[in-house]
Amino acid sequence: MKVRVYVSLKNGVLDPQGRAIHHAIEGLGHSGVQDVRAGKLIELEVDDTVTDAALNEMASKLLANMVIENYRIERVAA
Amino acid sequence: MKSFSAAVITFPGSNCDRDMAVAIEDVCGGTVHRVWHRDAELPAGLDLIALPGGFSYGDYLRSGAMAARSPIMRAVVEAAGRGVAVLGVCNGFQVLTEAGLLPGALMRNAGIRFVCRNVALTVANTQSQFTRGYLPGQRITIPVAHHDGNYQADEATLDRLEGEGRIAFRYAEPVNGSARDIAGVLSEKGNVLGMMPHPERMIEAAHGGKDGRVLFDSVVRGLVGA
Repeated sequence: MKVRVYVSLKNGVLDPQGRAIHHAIEGLGHSGVQDVRAGKLIELEVDDTVTDAALNEMASKLLANMVIENYRIERVAA
Repeated sequence: MKSFSAAVITFPGSNCDRDMAVAIEDVCGGTVHRVWHRDAELPAGLDLIALPGGFSYGDYLRSGAMAARSPIMRAVVEAAGRGVAVLGVCNGFQVLTEAGLLPGALMRNAGIRFVCRNVALTVANTQSQFTRGYLPGQRITIPVAHHDGNYQADEATLDRLEGEGRIAFRYAEPVNGSARDIAGVLSEKGNVLGMMPHPERMIEAAHGGKDGRVLFDSVVRGLVGA
């Protein structure tokens, strides 16, 4: 099955890349965008036997740096 | 007395490993072992382990993230726990934070751009085995070359680092947006130092200065005095 791990910066952590993207959006002439935060989407193809605990360990020990990032795991129905 | 013995770890994508080895050989003398990331063991009797700058694993996932999980890092963490001196410069600093040997994280520079120039630093700790050759508050010049050098940690961690004298160097000018101008931090026991500036690139007159030499000299002098 497919698993999506969304990695995002914690609230309060400055995001220079998000800020640059924000400026670029404004440069395209779009107004009304309040804020931009950049994150990562990591897709895993896993056996059905892989547990939530195992996925949490992968996410917290490697995919996200828990000092600055949060993650959210989503199992995608085939 | 046995001669000085150091190891420089090379990860795929390290590019300052030779400079680091040359600096250690020049200033500390003795033997510098070159260790590959897949090695599971370090040579016995090391006085210093150095993690060099570069772009290990192409900075995939996060700078230093993959290298921090490589086989040799288990041995480095174990050696650090025994009190062996560990120096991480630039990408090496990123690897040390990712491996949990130092607190905080190194994020994209606040100005987005890669910064490559000499910068002024203030020596904030002159008690550690890496910095005791400097004078308190001494202003030194060391080059930086990084994209992800913006040091961040939560306020409680930053307060603790300051309270315990674990900030080794601060930027004396705006460089990358680091919290409290932190350029280098020490571990709780003081035997692990991570820093973004490159002391190994400032060890002889041809480099434009010798301010980095003092750091390596401090490590070797501490051993002689011990």
